[in-house]
Amino acid sequence: MARAVTAQRKTLNTILAWAVALLIAFPIIWTVLTSFKPEPQAVASPPIWFGFDWTVKNYVDVQNQRNYFDYFLNSVIIALGSTALGILIAIPAAWSMAFVPGRKVRDLLMWMLSTKMMPAVAVLTPIYLIFIWLGLLDTRIGLVVVIMLINLPIIVWMLYTYFREIPGEILEAARMDGASLWNEIRYVLTPMAVPGIASTVLLNIILAWNEAFWTIVLTTTDAAPLTKFISGFSSPQGLFYAKLSAASTMAIAPILIMGWFSQRQLVRGLTFGAVK
Amino acid sequence: MSTQASRSAARLMLSPAVIFLLVWMIVPLALTLWFSFQRYNLLAPERSGFIWFDNYLSFVSSPAFWGAIVNTLILVVGVLAVTVIGGLLVALLIDQPIWGQGPVRILVIAPFFIMPPVAALIWKNMFFNPTNGLFGELFKFVGLRPFDFLGQAPLASIVVIVAWQWLPFATLILLTALQSLSSEQLEAAEMDGAPPLKRFGYIVLPHLARAITVVVLIQTIFLLGILVEILVTTNGGPGAQSTTLTFLVYKEAILDSDAGTAAAGGVVAVVLANIVAIFLMRAIGKNLDA
Repeated sequence: MARAVTAQRKTLNTILAWAVALLIAFPIIWTVLTSFKPEPQAVASPPIWFGFDWTVKNYVDVQNQRNYFDYFLNSVIIALGSTALGILIAIPAAWSMAFVPGRKVRDLLMWMLSTKMMPAVAVLTPIYLIFIWLGLLDTRIGLVVVIMLINLPIIVWMLYTYFREIPGEILEAARMDGASLWNEIRYVLTPMAVPGIASTVLLNIILAWNEAFWTIVLTTTDAAPLTKFISGFSSPQGLFYAKLSAASTMAIAPILIMGWFSQRQLVRGLTFGAVK
Repeated sequence: MSTQASRSAARLMLSPAVIFLLVWMIVPLALTLWFSFQRYNLLAPERSGFIWFDNYLSFVSSPAFWGAIVNTLILVVGVLAVTVIGGLLVALLIDQPIWGQGPVRILVIAPFFIMPPVAALIWKNMFFNPTNGLFGELFKFVGLRPFDFLGQAPLASIVVIVAWQWLPFATLILLTALQSLSSEQLEAAEMDGAPPLKRFGYIVLPHLARAITVVVLIQTIFLLGILVEILVTTNGGPGAQSTTLTFLVYKEAILDSDAGTAAAGGVVAVVLANIVAIFLMRAIGKNLDA
């Protein structure tokens, strides 16, 4: 609902908007700044804004003292693995819901959504015990599967909304020309759906990367991702603000960059199409 | 124009997703229900047996239970109030013509992408900490004694952390809804002499009603499950001052190894979440038909 306004009004709005935006993002900006401070200067009073002795020592320390990249690698494996697995399972499902409309599609979608609404703590004990029984506790494969299951409804739902926008006539034309089901998906549908699939992948990597319930509860060391690593800072010893900031900066940087690319998909994916 | 063959193919393609989700939903839920009627402590597995509703009774009658319900309500309502009102104001502001709309949007949305333990620990240490935190510095600067936020007002502090994480979500969705509002309608109202507040109350707000409903419902689902933010900041304390229902169940299960009582608490959580979910599904379902 943008409308013409005077330059004066626009200047005032601009200043106000920037002030609010910087205030909201301030904790992140402060964390990034702190990550480059020597530990004593990180807790200096009054706080030092820019005139500190810039250093990358914290980044080196976090790796050398706490094996940062082991956790980072686990995060990557869990985020990418669960997304890939989820997409593989969801594409056929979303395809059939979008192009072979049955009476049950709506019910099915709603049911899938409802699984997302089950509170995680409610099934904490059984999942924990099942993981012990199956020897999956603190394994990457166990986490990949659980995180995939958590996000599967969102993946199916998002893909469905994208697939539905593809005109069915094109698929019919391919079918008339004798394309098999597999070829139809492979050569006609997938290329047209690539933007939608890409957005879905992006959003799901973000959600999987930041998932901080199961990743913390179901891991100890071997499969522990960054969520667990950062949580380790909750019982501090000595000066640790700069190291915490360095570890945090590295943990959020990749996702911040991806997130900026997926603003629109975020709305679609997280409101299940209820807001466009 | 779907043939019998493509129908059965469709069913086949649908089945992996459906089977996975069905198993994921039914097996743990069935086990939770089963455990909730059992005496089942992971540290004393030999003392097990069917005990009817004793777990529910002991969960509901434990001194922490009603406090946890109240804390859960405060957390959810507090965060909703801050994010919906704040999100609406921020969305209205950045929807105005301004210079640098792109960068402003990016800054506003950024907190949503911060993983929960990072968000919680940044706030805990660098802002709330009475000796080294920035808020402590600010209090000293204006001549006040530093305030121990997480010690003195643990729940309010957690509301601040969680609201900061969810403000971008509310803002983004309300902004999306705002942008779909036709400017003709507003201009017509303006020409007819409707003052800004009336235009907001009679045109903008009704247009946003649906988006606000969706924000409230989806956030409620997520907020009911908040755990990590509490775990790494206050650990439910001091005492039980910041223990929510979710944290109480977690404590029974993981810290006390009492699977039976935790399961009973889990069932209570399911019932609560379902009440919210029913309303959410209705709001989403309406849109599916449209």
